[in-house]
Amino acid sequence: MAASAQSGFKARLTSLGLRELTLIPALLIVGFVGWLNNPAFLTSDNLLNILQQSSELSILVIAETLILLLAKIDLSLESIVGFTPMLGAWLISTDPSLGGSGLGLNPALAIAIVFLTGALIGALNGFLVVKMRLSPFIVTLSILILLRGMTLGLTNGTTLFDLPNSFLYLGSAKWGSVPASIWIAALLYLFFGIGLRYHRIGRALYAIGGNSEAARVAGIQVDRVVWGTYIASGLLAALAGLMLSGRIASVVSSQGQNMIFYVFAAAVIGGVNLNGGRGRLVGALTGVLLLGVLQNVLTLSQVPTFWIDAVYGAIILLALIFARLTGDRAEDV
Amino acid sequence: MQPAAVEVRNISKAFGASQVLHDVSLSIPVGVSRGLVGRNGAGKSTLVSILTGLLAPNSGKLLFDDVEAPAQRTSREWRNKVACVYQRSTLVPTMSVAENLFANAYPGNPSWVNWSRLRAAARGICEEWELGVNVDTRASDLRVEQRQLVEIARALAKGARFIIFDEPTAALESKEVARLFDRIRRLKREGVTLLYISHHLQEIYDICDSVTVLRDGRVIVAGAEVADLPKDKIVEAMVGEQIARSTRRPPVLSASSAPALSVKHLSLASMFHDISFDISPGEQVGLAGLGGSGKEQIAEAIAGLLTARSGDILVGGVTLKPGHVPTAQLTGVSYVPRDRRRRGILPQLSVAENLTVSIQRTFGNFGWIAPRRLEASARQLFSALSIVASSMRQPVVELSGGNQQKVVIGRALASSPQVLVLVYPTQGVDVAAKEAIFDIVATAQARGAAALIVSDELDELRNCQRVLVVFKGSIVKAFGADWSERDLIAAIEGVDA
Repeated sequence: MAASAQSGFKARLTSLGLRELTLIPALLIVGFVGWLNNPAFLTSDNLLNILQQSSELSILVIAETLILLLAKIDLSLESIVGFTPMLGAWLISTDPSLGGSGLGLNPALAIAIVFLTGALIGALNGFLVVKMRLSPFIVTLSILILLRGMTLGLTNGTTLFDLPNSFLYLGSAKWGSVPASIWIAALLYLFFGIGLRYHRIGRALYAIGGNSEAARVAGIQVDRVVWGTYIASGLLAALAGLMLSGRIASVVSSQGQNMIFYVFAAAVIGGVNLNGGRGRLVGALTGVLLLGVLQNVLTLSQVPTFWIDAVYGAIILLALIFARLTGDRAEDV
Repeated sequence: MQPAAVEVRNISKAFGASQVLHDVSLSIPVGVSRGLVGRNGAGKSTLVSILTGLLAPNSGKLLFDDVEAPAQRTSREWRNKVACVYQRSTLVPTMSVAENLFANAYPGNPSWVNWSRLRAAARGICEEWELGVNVDTRASDLRVEQRQLVEIARALAKGARFIIFDEPTAALESKEVARLFDRIRRLKREGVTLLYISHHLQEIYDICDSVTVLRDGRVIVAGAEVADLPKDKIVEAMVGEQIARSTRRPPVLSASSAPALSVKHLSLASMFHDISFDISPGEQVGLAGLGGSGKEQIAEAIAGLLTARSGDILVGGVTLKPGHVPTAQLTGVSYVPRDRRRRGILPQLSVAENLTVSIQRTFGNFGWIAPRRLEASARQLFSALSIVASSMRQPVVELSGGNQQKVVIGRALASSPQVLVLVYPTQGVDVAAKEAIFDIVATAQARGAAALIVSDELDELRNCQRVLVVFKGSIVKAFGADWSERDLIAAIEGVDA
């Protein structure tokens, strides 16, 4: 059995429920190298900067982790990040010549519409997956392409500037000396982390991902939980979109593009199993932090700009191998 | 004398400690159709696996036409000798009939597919055997009957002259059965040798020349002419000596009390029809029948997993909402599914969570679970059931089969149900776990739970005060506490003894 083949260290980590923390040594090594290269790495400004820049990604990772635990998939998250704030900003703007609607909608109402739209897109994903029995991969891929196109079409590809402060608040405000987006992401991790461990619905996600037929026999309303999870992840993606727009004080038509790859990378490095039922939010969080620190260190280390992505990809691959060797069990269990 | 088409000489086979076949010998002359009967677990499937080269015997010999059987793992050679029509399809569902007929052995050049030639050859076979199917149809679109015909034709096209039918009529309607039998008779006329396995004894009389009876891995009747062997003799050979059932517990009935479970005129399309019965608190009732008789679907309807088309299910006088598991559970029904791997355990979750998943709502408000309450509740079940695990936190998938089954039964008991529905509750567990499970059920019964045991294993029905027999979707017979094994089996098999 796999259990007996595990080394003593791994077994101890597993028994403490800390298997997900095996990335922490990697995180420390990357940080140490970063500090050697450029002492500016270890300043509180830089560290807060890393956290703030990771906050949107980290919220998407929560959303994707919920879906992956169910053994489903959602590729459309990054397009919700782009589309929903774009729709909000478009409704707010007063000048059609700058790509807006000219409606001048109240920002509070626009924010409500941003969240409502996120939830509706999630509900549509859930409907197609649960009721129409379509493949989640292809459904959410289609929605991804559709929303990308709608984001461009809405404003003819222009970027919307000059947004009211209230619309940018979540991504730009500071609570204390720490950006609000860091607080929000931290609270969400706390809430969902505890919910996954100590709430019926959280446990239902693990049960369904492990064996959905057995979950149904055990009295879990599988369809309802899956549908609800797609809605929740749509909402989270809308929040991440709003925060991203707030941070850069505009909505670009390519907002969120390619983020989904980093979402998957972070979740999988952090030990969330693509086959469902296994993984924890703590682990996913370490995955996000590793990617964030890595990006920062590569920039500070003056790696040639055009090579950053290649180095980034190679290191993600190494991290995956490292995670497999130290903590994760083989996929075939 | 003509050589035997198949000869099994002194074959034995064991899986670990359990001896499945003891010194089995049988011989089928060319052109004869032989019936093979035996209860579940008699060793029929193991024998079929050996005859088709899927398993190697531990000892003994197998000869086809006086030539020793090919070595293991030479599947092409085996397929030239013997073919088997299983209950389940062995066609590739996404490929056409033509491709399936020549799977992996395309006519002409073996590496490249010549489509026109392939389809022409397939059409030839379809015409020869009057299959009445288009060679371009995908296998998944075939009806069961057509699918079986394609499988037979494929076997014959490969040159096999010995065909095994493993319960081919289980999923067929009576008209289709008649047509299948016509074809089987034609095969016999053409000199094909047949081994025919069925739970329906009448079919053996309809198409077999002789019959072999297996019981507990031994040949009881080697090959008697069917004309010389009346049904009751076959049943007797299948059942063996009457074993004293000393363990049956006396009924703990409170005669006046209202029924715990009341099923009224329950029907569902092709599955079951007009099923009615009551179970009193503390009573244990068996629901017996062959695979495919509909008994398991009746159990699923009671558990809320299937929605019956008409009829009512009442638990303690309350009518259940059809097809809704949570209300069935809240009203007091607990269900133990047959296939614990596929439908029972939540593999990555801990033993404690598996035990308590159906009663989580009692561990806190608004769906939150207080870990201490969960732990306390699980610990009680864990020790009451003597589950063997390194700790309650161990993932349930790491437990042995018997302990996994105890966990699934423990989950069913966690809510103190009024009605306990158990489907083959001791299948695939060892003797010690089996006894423990019987004791657990008896304890729940003594507490006043009604138990419905869905099974056709006599051993599992031994504590039942009544046994209802389902045959082709209807309850055909009800036995009191004094049921005898032979009568019960005759009723299960649909034999009018």
